[in-house]
Amino acid sequence: MGYVAIRGGETAIAEAGRLLETLRTGAVAAPAAPSEPISLDAIRGQLHFLHGRVLSEGGVYHPDLAALAIKQAAGDTLEAAFFLRAWRSTRPRLGTTEPHAGGTMRVIRRISSAFKEIPGGQMLGPSTDYLQRLFRYELMDESPDRLRAIARAWLRDLPEERLPDTFPKVLDALRAEGLLPAPTRSPAEAFDITRQPLQFPVPRSAALATMSRAEQGSLLGIAYSAMRGYGDIHPTVAELRVGWLPVVLPHPITGEPTEAGEVLVTECETVAMFDRGGDQPPVFNLGYGCCFGHNEVKAIAMSILDRALQKGAEDGPAHPAEDAEFVLLHVDGVDSMGFCNHYKLPHYVTFQSDLDRLRAARRKQQSPETAEAALQETP
Amino acid sequence: MIQHAHTGDGHFGFLDEFAKKEIRRTCLKAICIPGYQVPYSSREMPIARGFGTGGLQITLALIGPGDVLKVIDQGSDDSVNAVNLRSFIMQTCPGVDTTTRTASATLIQTRHRVPEVGIARGQVLVLQVPYPDPLVIVESNELRRRAMHAEGDYARLWVKLYEDLVRFKEITIAHRYPTRIAGRYVIDPSPIPRWDVPRLHRSPGLFLFGAGREKKIYAVPPFTDADPLSFDDVPFRVEEFRATDGGRLTCARCGSHESFLDEIPLPDGGKRHQCSDSDWCARHREDHA
Repeated sequence: MGYVAIRGGETAIAEAGRLLETLRTGAVAAPAAPSEPISLDAIRGQLHFLHGRVLSEGGVYHPDLAALAIKQAAGDTLEAAFFLRAWRSTRPRLGTTEPHAGGTMRVIRRISSAFKEIPGGQMLGPSTDYLQRLFRYELMDESPDRLRAIARAWLRDLPEERLPDTFPKVLDALRAEGLLPAPTRSPAEAFDITRQPLQFPVPRSAALATMSRAEQGSLLGIAYSAMRGYGDIHPTVAELRVGWLPVVLPHPITGEPTEAGEVLVTECETVAMFDRGGDQPPVFNLGYGCCFGHNEVKAIAMSILDRALQKGAEDGPAHPAEDAEFVLLHVDGVDSMGFCNHYKLPHYVTFQSDLDRLRAARRKQQSPETAEAALQETP
Repeated sequence: MIQHAHTGDGHFGFLDEFAKKEIRRTCLKAICIPGYQVPYSSREMPIARGFGTGGLQITLALIGPGDVLKVIDQGSDDSVNAVNLRSFIMQTCPGVDTTTRTASATLIQTRHRVPEVGIARGQVLVLQVPYPDPLVIVESNELRRRAMHAEGDYARLWVKLYEDLVRFKEITIAHRYPTRIAGRYVIDPSPIPRWDVPRLHRSPGLFLFGAGREKKIYAVPPFTDADPLSFDDVPFRVEEFRATDGGRLTCARCGSHESFLDEIPLPDGGKRHQCSDSDWCARHREDHA
């Protein structure tokens, strides 16, 4: 009879919720020895890449709620980001900040693949790049003492010299030489994608905001098409930095810019080959990526797509990755996952209608004369 | 803060008042320009995109204590999705009554159906919309579609209908049938069957269409023309419910032979039919008891 026709949908939903809740406890996998509940601190600390990804896709910097979202969603990133988005809908927008420059960041990692040495120095930081992906079986059963010992040893070995609070941007040197266009400050306020729908063509700030909270896999997939050859970007990572960016808000009483806290972000600036002709001397092009959390793949993919979209806007899109509408309307995880899941909802009214059309078309093909007559007599 | 996060800190209607105001203003604009898709910001809801968040936002922006709400999916109040949406609205809108009786509701949120009896003066029907633009079947680029709407250029839709007739001797659009509103904009009336389209025409009640994921709201105001696209010599036709002997199929539960029927395959290979509109079916059973 189909699930819609079942009386008591309410009970079914409640029972589905109970099942899911039981599954979340892990008791189903190991009924004899249920595992310890995961603490929010453990999620923030030990699953920090996951946590950063959810913060970024949720598009609101609330580390506690992001950890709760991961716990509630049992680790599903799409669902976890969704929790943050829905929560955000209940919050009014109380104000806006001035643009924040990545140069003020307290970095934990900064690298450039453009120059061997950069002012301030390359700083590898906590990078996964040179990991050898071999299992460390000893982690299968790890004691809290062991975790503490690792941290203690690291703190003990900290060097005496203090790092500077900020580092110069690699791009500044290129700018000084005139190899990059001077930064332009758009006179318009930044486009707020949570308060305005995208109507194409959209300003660059709308594109950047959309990509910054995009679902990582979708963004990477489209960016990868541009990297492989559906496009001609040829980027070089001028600088990739990860760190804590001070957030400066106008003071509620004095209006003075006041540091209110800091957020962990990843920022990537890619430089692409020049293509500007005409009277002006040619310059490099710049692609920019930035997102919450430590998430280098996303920041790099975003910077490449930023460049591709700028090219598409100038010359007309020649590839999917250069088409703003194609990219920006297909990278949001909450949208795409919701719509994908909606196909599980009952569609039997529309399917009934489809059946009607198919049967009618088949009747027409099988007996054209009678069908023609039927068409005549029906008003 | 965290413990109340799910219900928006208990704020009536979940959304903050700025969001509701924007949605109401968007609805007003939509009513003023019948059939025109008005863009709006469309907040994320705690219900997944594609499950009726566009309709839900309109409902939450319009509803107030004293309203009587009906929520249906596939014509039925008991569908899991309808149950879920209703329960969310009840949780966030204390003081609102619900009903399954079409005639008693002030506000009806629906997916895929218009009630068989249509809607009366003073009633609002909120439809959930997956694809707001009828032109998407012939043009994938939204910027170009907007230009086509602005210029009233529906030529490619007409060609699509014509080509259907050439290839299949039938128009193959089953649901989401393109319908011209007030002689101007062509809308996607949401995935309602063709059966329901005539009820949009000069209806005494208001139809609001909400596409949450696509961030558009549009309207068919009361007493407004709604004409499904059709050729002079090929009239628009709704779904047929004819038995093999040529007679009209009837509902197995209430015996109605004038409603949209769900077809239910039986284990023995046969079929049973019953009303898709559960309230219609219940009323019909009462009347003929």
